[in-house]
Amino acid sequence: MALSGLQIFKLLAKTNCKECGFPTCMAFAMQLAAGKTELDKCPYVSDEAKAALGEASAPAVRKVTVGAGDLAVTVGEETVMYRHEKRFENMPGIGVMITDEMDDAQVDGLLGQLKEQQFNYVGRTLRPRVAAVKAADGAALAALAAKVDAGSGAALVLMHDDAGVLQAAAGPLKDKKPLLYAATEANFDAVAGVANELEVPFVIKSDSFDKLAGLGQKALDGGFKEVMLDPASGSLGDVLMDQTLIRRAAIKKTLRALGFPTIGFPCNMTDDKMLEAVYAAVFVAKYAGIVILSDLEPARTLPLLYLGQNIYTDPQKPMQMEQGVYPLNEPGPESPILVTTNFSLTYFTVSSEVEASKVPAWLCIMDVEGQSVLTAWAAGKFVADAIAPFLKKSGIGEKAPHKKVVIPGYVAQISGELEEELGDGWQVQVGVREAADIPKFLRQWSAN
Amino acid sequence: MSFEPPIEQVKGKIREMIVGEATRVGGESTFPFHLWEGGMPNPPVVAMEVYDEPQREWPEAVRKVYEDVMDDPVAWAKKCQDEFGADAIALKLQSTDPNGTDAPPEAAAEIVKNVNSAIDIPLIIYGTGSPEKDTEVLKKIAESLPDDNILIGPVEESNHRQIGAAAMGYKKPVIAFTSMDVNLAKQLNVLLTQLGVPDDKIIIDPTTGALGYGLDYCYSIMERDRLAALAQNDGKMQMPIFNNVAPETWKAKEAKVSEEEEPTFGDVTTRGILWEAVTATSLLLCGSNVLVMRHPEAVKLVRKAIEGLQEQAKEKIAS
Repeated sequence: MALSGLQIFKLLAKTNCKECGFPTCMAFAMQLAAGKTELDKCPYVSDEAKAALGEASAPAVRKVTVGAGDLAVTVGEETVMYRHEKRFENMPGIGVMITDEMDDAQVDGLLGQLKEQQFNYVGRTLRPRVAAVKAADGAALAALAAKVDAGSGAALVLMHDDAGVLQAAAGPLKDKKPLLYAATEANFDAVAGVANELEVPFVIKSDSFDKLAGLGQKALDGGFKEVMLDPASGSLGDVLMDQTLIRRAAIKKTLRALGFPTIGFPCNMTDDKMLEAVYAAVFVAKYAGIVILSDLEPARTLPLLYLGQNIYTDPQKPMQMEQGVYPLNEPGPESPILVTTNFSLTYFTVSSEVEASKVPAWLCIMDVEGQSVLTAWAAGKFVADAIAPFLKKSGIGEKAPHKKVVIPGYVAQISGELEEELGDGWQVQVGVREAADIPKFLRQWSAN
Repeated sequence: MSFEPPIEQVKGKIREMIVGEATRVGGESTFPFHLWEGGMPNPPVVAMEVYDEPQREWPEAVRKVYEDVMDDPVAWAKKCQDEFGADAIALKLQSTDPNGTDAPPEAAAEIVKNVNSAIDIPLIIYGTGSPEKDTEVLKKIAESLPDDNILIGPVEESNHRQIGAAAMGYKKPVIAFTSMDVNLAKQLNVLLTQLGVPDDKIIIDPTTGALGYGLDYCYSIMERDRLAALAQNDGKMQMPIFNNVAPETWKAKEAKVSEEEEPTFGDVTTRGILWEAVTATSLLLCGSNVLVMRHPEAVKLVRKAIEGLQEQAKEKIAS
């Protein structure tokens, strides 16, 4: 971490072979230091350099993968405190607590939700992926874990204080990479021993920063890389403080001993399910890697999954809508046709105003790489000779054959040219500049 | 291993604004709720919305709460104050919308007077976002309530001179609205202060994005606003932040679509309340000082979040 370009350069072959795609080894080293390329691009890198650089270039918060298959969760790899500085990399895994105190129906219900529950949001599939499994003894934990695995395929967190119990449950499922919870001051060696033998990740838990960092250092000294932290926060304010200080220590102080993703249990913090969701939101926004809830009621998981997606969206690559024709308020052949760009905010603003107007309309969303109307126009992407072919291929002419299309008021100047490009009797109408004026515009619109 | 907590003290401080008789907004000298490394003397204010026209098209979850008072903004405001314990009332002058009823400024001022005299908590007046009409309306209101410290807005670049002058004349604090942009927010603060509006009479409305509908933009812009104010000690950004949470969240499809239409989404009331509460809680974490909210259950949850966030075991990091 934080090696300078010059320090990296000293470890390279210094042959300027250009095979990495950069003109010189120095240029490559500078790009590596800036985190803009990978060491693997250099075919001549020595094992020695690889070890030194690999360690040095590992992200400040290490990558941990829990689970295998479709519901596996990868967390960590974070490098910034604020998302606008670069981006947050790996969205937290949302999961549920399942214990041997629940009856079969309850467990089956949760397994069904883990298996089935998913939501589509701006072209992405969001779903809970984790089951934290807790039981009294080794046999019960093994049986319940096997059942959860078979019934859901969820990424597993196996919970017990006794390393022997964890071993009994994790052994048969080791290929599924369950996360062992948790190593504490009292049982670190035993739990780390099981993690080492089974090659699975484990959690370090302590409510003292000194002890947490001490255990983290022990894990590093033992060669462990896939470790997660539980600072056992007592209150919501502690969640914010603990998560912030751990992330800050990892990123700003390069404290490797705390350079691991975290797990949090809002399910243990309150009996009020609504408040639990609000607490979970703080974990999601503030750096947690895995967040465990007490159930998976969709009305409560949906906002949390959306929040994860919002916070972890790359701010440099704005969310884009898929190109296409979006029917709003059940439009028919006589309904107005509106065209705009696929910048997600543009879509959200325009579609919500159209919906509010209650006027049925066809909203044609054109792919301009997620730019807003004026930016895309200035970049030559939202212009007549691009919009015309898009509209023709979109199939809107069959859905609404009246051949009138409304363009955003900000690009009024392209109306003549667009009419020419469309030809065939098409008329271009100039719409409003501000989305707030859309309802009034639509109510007055007529096809004739 | 002895852990040295990475404490960060900042140079800057958010200005403290007074709304109503003595409600203090802002004043923090640290990042939101970082009480282990700085002060936050005034917890965020939860204002509740009142409209001067009935809102029968609202989603049922909120409509049924206010059904009995929808035709009477005075009763509505009293309900928010007395039953739901609102910290402040945000009166939305829907009747003045030039695309709607287009009521004259005098009529709006009358409603404001009535609401103002019926409540003991601070009053916030929010126009319809039509710069011309808001200018007329807000000027009239400032003039007709010369002695009351009501917060008025939105003030935009295009009408900042007129509304700014009225606000100065009648010593009213203003809500400076810009469209999701740190630089524009700063520029409007500069324009207002150059005009003579005191620094401690401006609150930033950065445009609020709801969960799933632009929250990511709003969240990062507010984080950058607070970094500029606190870490970079930029005096023209040290105003508190105002978030119009309710209208954005209750517009979201996910907050209102019925379970019949979207069977996988779960109970619509739970969903609506959480849409508002989760949006508001996220905004608390990036620096909101005033949250304008609608559903009383969401208000309760956010209150509990504000209380909970202030409970910190600081001895954990005492050396």
